[in-house]
Amino acid sequence: MATNDSASLPARQRIVIIGAGIVGNSVAYHLTQLGETEITLLDKGPLPNPGGSTGHASNFIFPVDHSKEMTALTKESMRQYKDLDVYLECGGIEVARSEERMQELNRRMVSAKTWGIAPVSLISPQQIKELVPFINEELLIGGFSTPGAGVVDSLRAATLMRERAAQAGMTIAANTEVLDLVVTHGRIRGVKTTKGDIEADRVVIACGCWSPRIARMAGANIPLTPAVHQMIDIGPVPRFQDAKTLVDYPIVRDMDTNMYERQDGGGLEIGSYAHRPILMDSDDIPSIEESALSPTELPFTQADFELQMEQALELMPEIVGDESVGVRYAINGLLSVTLDGLPLIGETPEVKGLWSAAAIWIKEGPGSGKTVAELMVYGESEIDIYDSNIARAYPHQKTKAHIRARASEGFNKMYGIVHPAEQWESDRRVKLSPYYEREQELGAIFYEAAGWERPQWYESNASLLEEFGDRVTHREAEWESRWWSPIINAEHLALRDRAGYTDLTAFCIFDVTGPRALDVVQRVAVRQMDVPTGRVVYTPVLIPSGGFKADLTIMRMADDVFRVVTGGAWGMSDLKWFSDHLPADGTAQIHDRTNSLTTLGLWGPRARDILSSVTADDVSNDALAFGRWKAIEVGSLEVIASRISYVGDLGWELYVPIEQGAKLWDTIAEAGLPHGAVPVGAGVYGSTGRLEKCYRAYGAELEGEYDVVEAGMAWGKVKDQDFVGKEAHVRQRSETPAASMCTLTVDDHTSSSGVKRYMMGGEPILTGDGEPITDAKGRRSYVTSAGSGPSIGKYILMGYLPPEQATVGNQLTVQYMGERYPLTVATIDSTPVFDPDNARVRS
Amino acid sequence: MRTLVFVEDASDELSQQAVVMAKGLGGDVAAVAIDPSGGYAPAAWAQTLVEIAQSRGATAITAPGSERGNEILAHVAAKLDQPMAANCVSVAGGDPATVTRVRWGGSLLEEARLLGSPLLYTSAAHAIAAEPISDVETVPVTSALSELDQAVRVVEQVPASTSGVSLTDADVVVSGGRGVGSAEGFSIIEELAELLGGAVGCSRAVTSAGWRPHSDQVGQTGSKVSPEIYIACGISGATQHMAGVKGAKRLLAINPDGEASIFAGADYAVIGDLHEVVPAISAEIRKVKGT
Amino acid sequence: MNILVCVKRVPLTGGKIVLTEDAQAIQTRHLGFTVSPHEECGAEEAVRLVEQHGGTSTALTIGPPEAEEQLRDLMAIGVDQGIHLVTDGSEWDPQATGAAIVAAVRAQPEPYDLILFGNESADSGNFQVQVRVAQALGLPVVNGIKAISLEGSSLRCEQETSAGRDVYTVPTPAVVSVKEGINLPRYPSVPGRMRAKRKPIEASQPAKPQARLAMVRLVLPETSNKQAEVLGHGAEAAPAVVEILQSIGVM
Repeated sequence: MATNDSASLPARQRIVIIGAGIVGNSVAYHLTQLGETEITLLDKGPLPNPGGSTGHASNFIFPVDHSKEMTALTKESMRQYKDLDVYLECGGIEVARSEERMQELNRRMVSAKTWGIAPVSLISPQQIKELVPFINEELLIGGFSTPGAGVVDSLRAATLMRERAAQAGMTIAANTEVLDLVVTHGRIRGVKTTKGDIEADRVVIACGCWSPRIARMAGANIPLTPAVHQMIDIGPVPRFQDAKTLVDYPIVRDMDTNMYERQDGGGLEIGSYAHRPILMDSDDIPSIEESALSPTELPFTQADFELQMEQALELMPEIVGDESVGVRYAINGLLSVTLDGLPLIGETPEVKGLWSAAAIWIKEGPGSGKTVAELMVYGESEIDIYDSNIARAYPHQKTKAHIRARASEGFNKMYGIVHPAEQWESDRRVKLSPYYEREQELGAIFYEAAGWERPQWYESNASLLEEFGDRVTHREAEWESRWWSPIINAEHLALRDRAGYTDLTAFCIFDVTGPRALDVVQRVAVRQMDVPTGRVVYTPVLIPSGGFKADLTIMRMADDVFRVVTGGAWGMSDLKWFSDHLPADGTAQIHDRTNSLTTLGLWGPRARDILSSVTADDVSNDALAFGRWKAIEVGSLEVIASRISYVGDLGWELYVPIEQGAKLWDTIAEAGLPHGAVPVGAGVYGSTGRLEKCYRAYGAELEGEYDVVEAGMAWGKVKDQDFVGKEAHVRQRSETPAASMCTLTVDDHTSSSGVKRYMMGGEPILTGDGEPITDAKGRRSYVTSAGSGPSIGKYILMGYLPPEQATVGNQLTVQYMGERYPLTVATIDSTPVFDPDNARVRS
Repeated sequence: MRTLVFVEDASDELSQQAVVMAKGLGGDVAAVAIDPSGGYAPAAWAQTLVEIAQSRGATAITAPGSERGNEILAHVAAKLDQPMAANCVSVAGGDPATVTRVRWGGSLLEEARLLGSPLLYTSAAHAIAAEPISDVETVPVTSALSELDQAVRVVEQVPASTSGVSLTDADVVVSGGRGVGSAEGFSIIEELAELLGGAVGCSRAVTSAGWRPHSDQVGQTGSKVSPEIYIACGISGATQHMAGVKGAKRLLAINPDGEASIFAGADYAVIGDLHEVVPAISAEIRKVKGT
Repeated sequence: MNILVCVKRVPLTGGKIVLTEDAQAIQTRHLGFTVSPHEECGAEEAVRLVEQHGGTSTALTIGPPEAEEQLRDLMAIGVDQGIHLVTDGSEWDPQATGAAIVAAVRAQPEPYDLILFGNESADSGNFQVQVRVAQALGLPVVNGIKAISLEGSSLRCEQETSAGRDVYTVPTPAVVSVKEGINLPRYPSVPGRMRAKRKPIEASQPAKPQARLAMVRLVLPETSNKQAEVLGHGAEAAPAVVEILQSIGVM
């Protein structure tokens, strides 16, 4: 320590926040707003700019994103920046050099409409030129203009929020480095720093690039990697000499080259995500005193930027080509990149009381800060961050190798044309199901599901296309045929006509056990869990305000054993949720069975014929009704046969120890052969099958913003026992819902060019006149899921509609790729469009 | 050891230090100045030294680590084609001789061996305490000069314009760094310097940005200052800068970053934003002075 | 005018120098590189002289393969071509450096009218290579120059002294070492950067002679253990500062 600056730290605090960038300050401010004042905010660097990524950020915000969650966080952040008076609205244009990019800009138009961001427009090269007179419009095909885009002063915002938090009683300690985090019995106890120790109940890591290093001190893992973003500033630009503001001209995002150009006072800032991925380790970031500029402003590597200079030159020759305009500043700036490009928000699964507010960029900073504060105080947040929940990652996804692979792959997709179904290519084949070899032989097209390789469809089923002929819809447009095959629809029909078996290894499975296991599942689940052993209960899981946290099934395996089965995508988050509700005294525990059990789904009218041909046990409806499970013997395998279905047909989820999976597959496949059973991919299981049955999916139809009544799932009476969200749930049952989950079918797919188009989800549902539909809570109607319904011969969309629109037969429209298509409301509750009486599942 | 020391003149502090360091080698030490009446001519002066050294059988030739000292010794080394160590903080004779010399303007030291004879080195400024030189022999420039030796000579001396206190002579230097933020931002630095009758300095970042002229730059490649107090405002304390303030008697640093390198070399610290602190100091001075 | 400017690749250090484990070099893992500040001005001066008087500017460096970056940097501000004497990155002592430069200069078909150096390198600061080169080539040399103007076939060179300015007139061809402040080097333009990529660099690998100024190891100077006395935070510290100023008699 160079200075004898002995401003002493409080001995104990309720909360310590580490990191005084935009995120830490924002978390601090919002916590004080929510009444938490015993807080200390630490940073190893000086204030107002401690040397992290906030200090060198380019600070601009384009609000339109395809992700609902990211858009919500960004919109909330913009609101806060404007409130703080640090938002300079200058507009922004995302320009397209290619036709494919124009299609992407069309998608942005759709997303803007879906999430309610206006005004936005597609503009011509000439219009771009009028707004940005120094651009070479001849390179461009068009642009997506967002007049509300702007530039923020993030350091100033951070300072203002810190000052307000300090006024509310928060302690600030700059130049204070964290030496260690104190953890006992899995719970955070305090922070050791260069200026003394603080006991604390909760600690928030808001350390950007350094977060992994700090988390490791507690034995926790914040899975991000620092990555280089190259940026240069050139000037003085003659045209900007008399600039009235810092940014007089719209920011230009050159989407095809993964670059941006923006005025910065008298200079032009040019940034890139196009260069080779340059990743670092958070332990490798230099100290403040070792750094020539700051720890996150590393030496510029010119060789990586050569192509970018040429591309900037061709786009803005007047400025970039001006010999008098020099490169005045050039850095390899560090920012945080994660396994999937999303932030890492929430309590770490490893250490109770240790929170992550990391991998958050300027544009979503204040919104994320507010979200973290709400989660800490209320256990839920206004903006549901299920995608950004730090608990989402499986162990292998938190390894350095995985993060580096995915960060490298994702880096150049920062502005990329990313298809909703696009698959990662790197670090695949990590988790292989016991059926993998069989699936490979069958020509399975593997998608990644919770890190597993899972067949989406099987090329071996191509012959079904001929069999089902016209009943199989094909897709004409390249975009919708990408990451898709008509074989999916053929597999669907084979299942509905005969039978199909499907790999469900990606399920997350965990047992809640112990004397108080029942109390735990009762507390978490909405439905009655005090059921006889042998029952399978499908139940919503709620947050305190009655919104969805999860939907999953729970099997009562024994008096004190409950087996939770949930989708792989949210498995780790759900596991943490249950863990959070365990009693402190150890009288109930959780055992993760995900990697020890495998599941094979078998469904279809012939499913019982198939299963009964390989077991001596009685699998008749009388012996094993819907919603029951039973242990049966299949040859030498003991199989848990659970009579439920996500595709709406007769059949079972068959569970065996994972090492016996291959044997089970072979047995079922062989027995299924005479019945015409085929392997069926997740294209059927997760999409066509469930959509025909109008089954809701968490993360699409079900999320924190909507409740059980709105989702049309308030069946039966409310159980007597208390559960999370009960009070709200009871209230919601007594009220008229502001919206209802409806199923719609597309009446005509034909676009103006005569090509049939198929929505992918995320599109706005509009009135017949094309007006957005908004419910009483201000939520817009949009397509939560979309997919084929081969058995009903229609294309199915799901979405929430307010009561005045939620009438069967109501004619609405959906906007897709710049055009509108007519829709009809098919059902306004959970009644399926296929087999509405559910005769099949109960047969 | 017979050591020949080039001195600029008997009263020159660096020359006095050079003599002290030379005496540490043991043996005879002769301090020689060159008659400057013909004007400074580095190659000619070096030739003169070489001839004297050879005629007296000197085993070491040394000079102060000043501009001229280093220049002349470089010529001597080039003429003799022998190795030379510039700016040594210590030297030990022997075979080979060993030196510790300054790098990076003093931020780093190098231990090195000199494989040659005679031993050629210059002594780093202020590495050793000066003592008065009792006998300096002033010698005329040798007449046996090549055309090349005569080619370079000072032909004109332009006196410095005497506006204000010079940076190198000032008792107070108020210096601004990147933290000042702009050329205009220096008005508060100028104000404080004026109130204290001092000079304005700046870091290299500032001159590179074009906010101040290079003549204000303090550091390894700028001026080396030696005020009673050096007030560093918004200067991080990069090695390049610190090389210029080693001669300051006291250093007061004003910086928001309590861990900034500048504090490592500081006597006094004010942790805060210079834009608040500097005007407050000026106001306080006015108050105390009653103006 | 044909001008050669000799430059050295050096790290851009921050506030704290860290050595490699063997104490033979500075730890540069996180550092950028540049040329010594004096030399950067030398290159700018070469470009300006060529802009004014015509001719060609060439930058020469002795250094590792990566030192090509520095040659390109200087080409980006207008230097026409480069000579890269490629080393394994280990340090060459001043005599070896001087000899290599001399050999490279002699190998050129055309002699240079002016060979520019920085007064001393930022890192090793040996203050002598330019004098050795001049001596070997039989050229006059002036050092520490802060203004150069061409007067006929002579150069008027000005040096700053404590008393003012010393002026030299030097016949060309000559060697001149300059100091920062002689000019304010320009920032490279993007077209300059792109042109730099295509400019010619002549690379060769001279043999490294035995060092005669042989570095044994680098040592970090002992840092004073003095603790700065904190006079306060923010504007509140002003009275304490004034008290100090009064006590040392500068008010």
